[in-house]
Amino acid sequence: MKTNTLILHTAALAIMPLQLMFSIFLLLRGHDEPGGGFIGGLVAASAFVLYAFAFGAESTRKLLRISPRDILAAGLLFGLASTIPALWSGQAMLTAQWWEVPLPGEGYLKLSTVLIFDIGVYLAVLGTLMTFVISLMESEE
Amino acid sequence: MMLLAVLSGFLLALAVPALHRVAGRHIGWVLALLPALLTAYFASLIPTISGGENLLIQNQWMPGLGVSLDFMVDGLSLVFALLISGIGTFILIYAGSYLKGHKDLARFYVIMLSFMASMLGLVLSDNLITFFVFWELTSITSYMLIGFNHEDAEARKCALQGLFVTAGGGLVLMAGLILLIFITGSYSFSEILASDLAIHEHGYYTAAAVCVLIGAFTKSAQVPFHFWLPNAMAAPTPVSAYLHSATMVKAGVYLLARLNSSMDGDALWSYSLMFFGAATMLTGAYLAFSSTGIKKVLAYSTVMALGTLTMLIGVGTEKAIIAFVCVLVAHSLYKGALFMLAGALDHETGTKDITKMGGLWHSMPRTAIITGLAALSLAGLPPLFGFVAKELMFESVLNSPSWSWGLLAAAVASSILVVAVAGLVFLKPFFGPARTTPKQPHDAPFAMLIGPAVLTLLALIFGVAPFLPATFVLDAAVSSVYGSGVQTALALWHGVNIPLILSGVSLLAGSLLFIAWQGLHPTLHAVNTAGSRVGPEAGYFRFMLGITQIASWQTRVLQNGVLGVYLLILVLVTFGLTGYTLLTRHGFQLDFDFSNGYFYEFGIALLIVAATVFASVTRSRLGSVASVGVLGFGVALIFIHFSAPDLGITQLLVETLTVILLVLVLFKLPPFVNLSSPWERYRDLTVAVFAGAIMTLIMLAALDIQYFDSISSYYIENSYGLAFGKNIVNVILVDFRQLDTLGEIFVLGLAAMGVYSMVKLRAEDQHKS
Repeated sequence: MKTNTLILHTAALAIMPLQLMFSIFLLLRGHDEPGGGFIGGLVAASAFVLYAFAFGAESTRKLLRISPRDILAAGLLFGLASTIPALWSGQAMLTAQWWEVPLPGEGYLKLSTVLIFDIGVYLAVLGTLMTFVISLMESEE
Repeated sequence: MMLLAVLSGFLLALAVPALHRVAGRHIGWVLALLPALLTAYFASLIPTISGGENLLIQNQWMPGLGVSLDFMVDGLSLVFALLISGIGTFILIYAGSYLKGHKDLARFYVIMLSFMASMLGLVLSDNLITFFVFWELTSITSYMLIGFNHEDAEARKCALQGLFVTAGGGLVLMAGLILLIFITGSYSFSEILASDLAIHEHGYYTAAAVCVLIGAFTKSAQVPFHFWLPNAMAAPTPVSAYLHSATMVKAGVYLLARLNSSMDGDALWSYSLMFFGAATMLTGAYLAFSSTGIKKVLAYSTVMALGTLTMLIGVGTEKAIIAFVCVLVAHSLYKGALFMLAGALDHETGTKDITKMGGLWHSMPRTAIITGLAALSLAGLPPLFGFVAKELMFESVLNSPSWSWGLLAAAVASSILVVAVAGLVFLKPFFGPARTTPKQPHDAPFAMLIGPAVLTLLALIFGVAPFLPATFVLDAAVSSVYGSGVQTALALWHGVNIPLILSGVSLLAGSLLFIAWQGLHPTLHAVNTAGSRVGPEAGYFRFMLGITQIASWQTRVLQNGVLGVYLLILVLVTFGLTGYTLLTRHGFQLDFDFSNGYFYEFGIALLIVAATVFASVTRSRLGSVASVGVLGFGVALIFIHFSAPDLGITQLLVETLTVILLVLVLFKLPPFVNLSSPWERYRDLTVAVFAGAIMTLIMLAALDIQYFDSISSYYIENSYGLAFGKNIVNVILVDFRQLDTLGEIFVLGLAAMGVYSMVKLRAEDQHKS
């Protein structure tokens, strides 16, 4: 399925980067404000779905570079990996680990296994939805 | 350190595909470094363990469930760990040469290393649940390795059989372990062994013992479950040498030995072990003698050795446990070597059938010498370690507190047969008239001979100087199985005594049998073919057929392909049950209070109701999808109104994407036709209204009553303090209840795979046809 409307093409190209940035914004702020990996993943997926509607499944595949199933698998791996670090410090598996990295100036960066896990959720949601959409679209051709 | 040692196999397995690209055909040598290092590590623990000390290394895993990654090293687990890593080193080297150029070599090593790590975990685990997890991992990796040549239907069938028997037995074992946890109140082997609780006086004991026995018997191929092991020979030979002779099949025996000092003294335990062990020993010896495929011969003689081990635990005297440990070590050494040599023969001659080999002595002299020594150990002849082990076996059977004569008869009969089997393995292929084999035979390459050579050399050294292994680890191993300190005092020469005379008799009778083999063989073959129609394997096939028949019957009844019927059954069962509970426990209460509602709340509610009605009456599919979207957006508005922005955003996005997905599917559907009769539509309407009404009542009741204190206050108080997050919803998702979310993303993944295979693979099939 591929549409030939100029408006959709132009709009998709303009909106998509914004959607992707917004999705990452949602992912990163999720721990303190509304957002999180799940929502972020949904927004990212909707960005690619919009692109797919405008330019077709084949070009979306090219744009993604990585197969949606691999994105999904990477998400699951991230999710699993985030459960392990606790073991190395002798705590129970799944215990969240936090690292605070000072930044130049006053601020510091809050890094954690929770963030790794959220990235995993983000990728899993994105991968799942893109697997759905791209395989459905390709089966029409 | 111990944690790393156990898990390193899994870690290295991850790196194999990348390493394979770099190391190319030397991959076997590179990967063998890991088990070599592990052997060195375990060897460094020998002084501590032989000093009578046990190591307990504690690591948390899931403390809330009593599951830990605790490891216990005592004599028994150390002997196993050394065998696993030591033999593993040579197997990895060997496999690189045996499977040279195989397109799936990397996959092979991934599974092989995972197996090694699982097996190490199995023998070192102190926690019963962790032990079980590793136990099942070995069954699964074994399944993947038996079915390694997955394009071969026969290999797949054998793999599945092995999996069904061992994993099925594993489930029974899980029940047994849980009962054991109930009885002792402990999840830890070391605590169970240290307690002087009289386990066999507990009411659950019989059930627990039977379950553990079935689990161990399936894994260690005891009669009547022995049939899967010879079929597992469909695996590449390195797998047969490693999993199906030296390590995995001994897991069951390991478990029996591990629990022996707590279970010993109970009639059920010792008599079942003696009976099934002796039966297995005899069956295995007979079947080994009557087979012609060299791998089958070796597989059945492994069955025999496993039976011997089980029987010796059953006899349970101090002498018997010493014999147990010696047979265990001797068997791993010679059988690992013999399998690798059998693989070399197969690799160089192109056949597995010993009746087609002969006179290979000239073309494969090095292989012949090593095979000869290993076969001597198999036959139990001096000066190999197999002799020491066999003499001890005879001696302990002679002094067995019960069934002494019966066990002795079985032991002598099997050792006669095994002498003949050793002849079949060594004399038959290498001597006699030369035969033409499918390939021009020449000696096996270095990588394929180093393993057997080292293992056989060890068997020779241990035979000539049995005090060496004894002082280092065997004493400690015997002590941990027997339950108290034991000095083994092994020796090659005990003077002329009854065991020696029995050995002589076996050798003589076995040699005669070997000479008679050519003549006996057709008769034996006919007997076995007739026997296989009523044997346990036939029972297995009938059982599997029964399962398929029941499955297809219930599929015909419940899953007849009409989507509407599925929904009807699901909805009726769910809401029938919950509705019944609700009405009997809570009663029928309807008290609405609309006085606090704002007019826009009513507006949203009206919008939702209108969208629902439109979705169910419209004839346009697109209209129906769109109005379901409206419904979802209405619900999202409610979430936002009651200040749940996260839920609101999620709902909006999910609704949008659902509509998109539905639209994609809509294109594929045939034009709308009305197939249902008015009666069916009224039936569906009634069910739908019923479900909705029950759901409404449940919601009202949930607002009304609270059986438990709500947990929300805990989350509100601790979200920032414990989890450093201000967004409670997100903190719950990714921290407090991370395990649930992890499960959910895996469900997502499964759903994606489901859709992919339905849409994509079917499209490919149509494309092909």
